Amino acid sequence: MNAPILELEHINKSFGPIEVLNDISLQVRGGEVLCLLGDNGAGKSTLIKILSGVYIPSSGTVRMDGAPVTFKNPREASDRGIATVHQFGGTFPLMSIGRSFFVGVEPTKGWGPFKVFDRKKANEVAVKAVQDFGITRIDDGDRLVGGLSGGERQSLAIARAVYFGARVLILDEPTAALGVKQAAHVLRIVNQAKKRGLAVIFITHQVMHAMAVGDHFAVLIRGSIAADFKKGERTREQITDLMAGGETMANLEAEIEAHAMPHATN
Amino acid sequence: MLGNLLRRPESGAFLGLLGMFVFFTIFGGFGFLTIGSVGAWMNIAAGLGIIAIPIGLLMIAGELDISVGSMVPAGSMTTAIIAGHYQLPIWIAIAAVFLLGIVVGLINGNLVVRTAVPSFIVTLGTLFAMAGFILGLSVIITGTTSVAITAPPLAKAIFGDLYFGKQFQIIIAWWLAAAVAYVFFVHYSKYGNWIFAMGGDREAARNAGVPTKRLTITLFVLSATSAAFVGMCQAILFNSAQVSGGQSYIFNSIIAVVVGGVLLTGGFGSVIGILFGTITFAIVTQGIYYTNFDRNWSSLIIGVLLLAAVLMNNTFRNMALTYTPKKKLK
Repeated sequence: MNAPILELEHINKSFGPIEVLNDISLQVRGGEVLCLLGDNGAGKSTLIKILSGVYIPSSGTVRMDGAPVTFKNPREASDRGIATVHQFGGTFPLMSIGRSFFVGVEPTKGWGPFKVFDRKKANEVAVKAVQDFGITRIDDGDRLVGGLSGGERQSLAIARAVYFGARVLILDEPTAALGVKQAAHVLRIVNQAKKRGLAVIFITHQVMHAMAVGDHFAVLIRGSIAADFKKGERTREQITDLMAGGETMANLEAEIEAHAMPHATN
Repeated sequence: MLGNLLRRPESGAFLGLLGMFVFFTIFGGFGFLTIGSVGAWMNIAAGLGIIAIPIGLLMIAGELDISVGSMVPAGSMTTAIIAGHYQLPIWIAIAAVFLLGIVVGLINGNLVVRTAVPSFIVTLGTLFAMAGFILGLSVIITGTTSVAITAPPLAKAIFGDLYFGKQFQIIIAWWLAAAVAYVFFVHYSKYGNWIFAMGGDREAARNAGVPTKRLTITLFVLSATSAAFVGMCQAILFNSAQVSGGQSYIFNSIIAVVVGGVLLTGGFGSVIGILFGTITFAIVTQGIYYTNFDRNWSSLIIGVLLLAAVLMNNTFRNMALTYTPKKKLK
């Protein structure tokens, strides 16, 4: 097995007296998808924010390629090759595909103060980058991002991260707002990114989506890692039960039914 | 091809302009197209346009600057006090006007990026603060609220003279030159891309490496300086400056920008659209004189126009969003 690209060792994070993350240790390797599962409020977002440089951990070490690193801001993390793609793609709805792809790193042509944005090149590169991921429906770089489907926007954002040299891809609930077909779309792209040797951290609370692409799973409950296991070691029911906080889903269902019964009789 | 044109941010503004042309041609004949009246509405459009473009850019970037309402009289009073009251060389007055614009712009910009206060409130504060400051200072210095100034011929020729049969103010040339520069920077250089990205999603733009704070401050400096510049040109043109006046620029510039197709919440718009919006506004305020209507009706027309423009621009923006290219036949 290759060496981990990104490692968390005994990470703690608290805001004042409130402890949000407690002794988190995780590793993610190139060509591997780590699925981070957890219910709402389990601390998933805080963990992402530590990885992407928004928060600095209260204690513990983040290592990249074995060396300890501290990200002071999101820019530093992305300079080191950690790219975060948020639920809605983090792209600009009213900008064209070509323009939004190159925000901050615009290709220009021309001379001196008269350098102009190279629209043709930007569009070509952006469209090619997305098509390489199998999204052949996007063929015009002048289209506005807001006109794309949710899945296409996610794909565009992932393609962008990969094009700009991301090594670790953090996907924050990429399939949460998508329909079945669109979600399958995004999962296929996650698989492609993995094949290209990226380390992918896939945050979700949809066990089905996680199981479709994950190699390694970590379940987060109230800020701690409740379970850490490899593909094939747990069944879907077991994972769902874990996320529900140890109670089995069957118990939960029984409880709901018991509660519903007296009301049903009126 | 037509479809491509309709999806541009300025298409609604262009149709609005066309509509106003038709309207005033029907009700007033071609009176508003004679040299004299073209001059009249171009003069109005120029002063407004120089301010409206940076206001529009701020709006595209998701900000607003209403302090321009005080910066216009501040610019003209600064010119008149330095060059008129103290009789100092006009060039010192001009330098002071630019300095004033830069300082107020820096104050606005820094307050907006350093505090979480919305730019509307921040610039509402500087709008009143500057109005009071200029009124207080001019009363202390000159004892009046109106100061005369006689600019030397060269400064007059550059900033405040009338040309082509005394119908066209020189400020029209400044406006068109500024518009060309803005079109280049906003639509062809990479900086324009930054402004649109910032208006679309500030966080994402910053994470992508756009210097959002510096860019925001620069835009506020541009708007304050442009307003002070317009004030200076007026003082040199009219040979006098008043403390009051200038408040109309606040709403007029916002109307011109919104009619011009800029999205109030940011991220969408164009400089050409703002130009169309400005001209439309100026034609409505001047064209009314060539019809049989009482001029009091012009505000009604502007109000209806504004609402129609917003609705129309929404439609065009949706068209732009839902556009999918037709499958090419191979």
